[in-house]
Amino acid sequence: MKKVYKIDVDCANCARKMELAANETAGVKKAVVNFMTLKMEVEFEENADPKSVMPTVLENCKKVEDECEIFF
Amino acid sequence: MNKKQKKMLKRILISSAMMIILGFLPLEGILKFALYMVPYYTIGHDILRKAYLGVKNKQMFDESFLMAIATVGAILLGEYTEGVAVMLFFQIGEWFQSYAVGKSRRNISQLMDIRPDYANIKDENGNLEQVDPDEVAIGTIIVVQPGEKVPIDGIVTEGFSTLNTSALTGESLPRDVDEGDEIISGCINMTGLLHIRTTKEFGESTVSKILDMVENASSRKSRSENFISRFAHYYTPIVCYCALALAVIPPVVLLILGHEPMMGTWIYRALTFLVISCPCALVISIPLSFFAGIGGASNAGVLVKGSNYLEALSYAKYVVFDKTGTMTQGVFEVSGIHNATIPENQLLEYVAHAETYSSHPISKSILKAYGGQVDMNRISDVQEMGGHGIVARVDGVEVLAGNDKLMKKYGVEFVPCNLTGTVVNIALDGKFAGYILISDLMKPTSAQAISQLKKSGIKKTVMLTGDTKAVAENVAAELKIDIVHSELLPGDKVDMVEKLLNGKSRKETLVFVGDGINDAPVLSRADIGIAMGAMGSDAAIEAADIVLMDDDPLKIVKAIKIAKKCVGIVYQNIYFAIGVKVLCLILGAVGIANMWLAIFSDVGVMVIAVLNAIRALNVKNL
Repeated sequence: MKKVYKIDVDCANCARKMELAANETAGVKKAVVNFMTLKMEVEFEENADPKSVMPTVLENCKKVEDECEIFF
Repeated sequence: MNKKQKKMLKRILISSAMMIILGFLPLEGILKFALYMVPYYTIGHDILRKAYLGVKNKQMFDESFLMAIATVGAILLGEYTEGVAVMLFFQIGEWFQSYAVGKSRRNISQLMDIRPDYANIKDENGNLEQVDPDEVAIGTIIVVQPGEKVPIDGIVTEGFSTLNTSALTGESLPRDVDEGDEIISGCINMTGLLHIRTTKEFGESTVSKILDMVENASSRKSRSENFISRFAHYYTPIVCYCALALAVIPPVVLLILGHEPMMGTWIYRALTFLVISCPCALVISIPLSFFAGIGGASNAGVLVKGSNYLEALSYAKYVVFDKTGTMTQGVFEVSGIHNATIPENQLLEYVAHAETYSSHPISKSILKAYGGQVDMNRISDVQEMGGHGIVARVDGVEVLAGNDKLMKKYGVEFVPCNLTGTVVNIALDGKFAGYILISDLMKPTSAQAISQLKKSGIKKTVMLTGDTKAVAENVAAELKIDIVHSELLPGDKVDMVEKLLNGKSRKETLVFVGDGINDAPVLSRADIGIAMGAMGSDAAIEAADIVLMDDDPLKIVKAIKIAKKCVGIVYQNIYFAIGVKVLCLILGAVGIANMWLAIFSDVGVMVIAVLNAIRALNVKNL
């Protein structure tokens, strides 16, 4: 399953860090951050529930980039 | 400016003002320290927090960490002004960067503001109702009022209007549509009310596909971007250890040699070294350059699916074309009337009348060239002779219109034609009256595109086509294309491209430009596949890496120029930033550079690099 989330982040490098962090989160198959449109596209693992995965994604992103936000 | 930026600007202004006032006060000792801590905290508390969190989360080696160490170190050495100034300028640089990015993002999203929010459908009472375009089924009649965007691809069933296609094609010339015309979503209806029968779902419509493509562009990263990511990953820790070594080793050595260790001096140098080495300029400006380049390109009607393709395109040395629909218009038109014994328009009038009842594409193109009204009363005795042509009476005159076989059959002496294309010979009352040549017309800008490609450094232009040898060679000669291969099957095209790919060096790239369904395999095999947008088939657009929204071959040249400019900027920034930093690092290590120069080489270089990156957005005059 794929979902697109709006995000807020300040710099291109921070967006890259978020992407790496999101990709390392359990339940995420692939995450792509688009700094240009401020969107994050997340492809979830099968039988992973976006509702329970996304808070962890945000938590991991916050670890690498404190001032980021994902709207889900 | 958004809220965050406004808040930051306030912090910058307040702490700058405080610093200026403090500069005039004769302060000493603990009071000085305490007073300087106020602007330091005002400007730097978030950086300190980030650095702390970074250490806590084992993500320590980033810019915030570098800045925190450098400023805290400077303050501990008693260099209050410099410590605060480093933080202040770092924040100014960050603010500026965020402002610039926000601005270019707004510019680009305005350009890409083609997403329709609703579609109008008529309810039972005939009133218009706004619905989510996602919910409109294929075959529904939707209404588009003047000033609205066309939400879904379809066919006009009622009304006529002028469309503004500039958001899609970058072309300012409006396009007219009439009943029966196909219409693509994303255009803006300018003048009349249109009823459209949808032929696709919203998700499959042109506008959705384009938005999808642009929004996914960042998932494909260029080599330069990957290089910088890796570079930053190793660079920052290395620099931190170097700084540590610079702070510790020389004093220890001096101590062993029996000299004064000069701890303070060496720590100051190490801190300067840290500030200089901050990699912000690179990690920010390079993705930003590609971001601006892709944005600028989409503004010009060139959609790029990823920055890696933009980079590859800048090394293009071979351009391979499909013929029909790429170099030529792919529609048959009367391209000339020759050896006419009566005035050309009169001849055309006779033939158009004779061909009225025929549904053959050739008849259609003749009728189109004639353009006038056909008076059915003037026609009689129409006889369509399969494989030969048409015999009919127009105004009592016997009109023969057909190929050489028809002329021979009726014993008419005719002038054989040696031009390429389809020939319609005409005889009036048994006498040859000339012939009409019908051919696939060249696009008006094809020849110009080829000559400009050569000027922009393309080594070889190649044309691959399924058409006959005579036609292909004619076109190639007219356009001055270097190599032409004709009578190819789709599979042969792939083989030809493979051969060319094997023949080139690794630094050069090969571009294939095509439009048809049969081009899809070649588009994906080439280094860069460019699809002609509006006329191109969906399969070709999906297989391609770059899509030209209008079918103008000149856009190929434009795309290459945009790519070259963008990649040029990336390299300028890499060399400039690394060059200045290395120079300053050397000066800093031997103690010539002070903290102020360090600030310049960090923030100054970043600002210059960001400004330079934004230049990639401007592609108007390429």
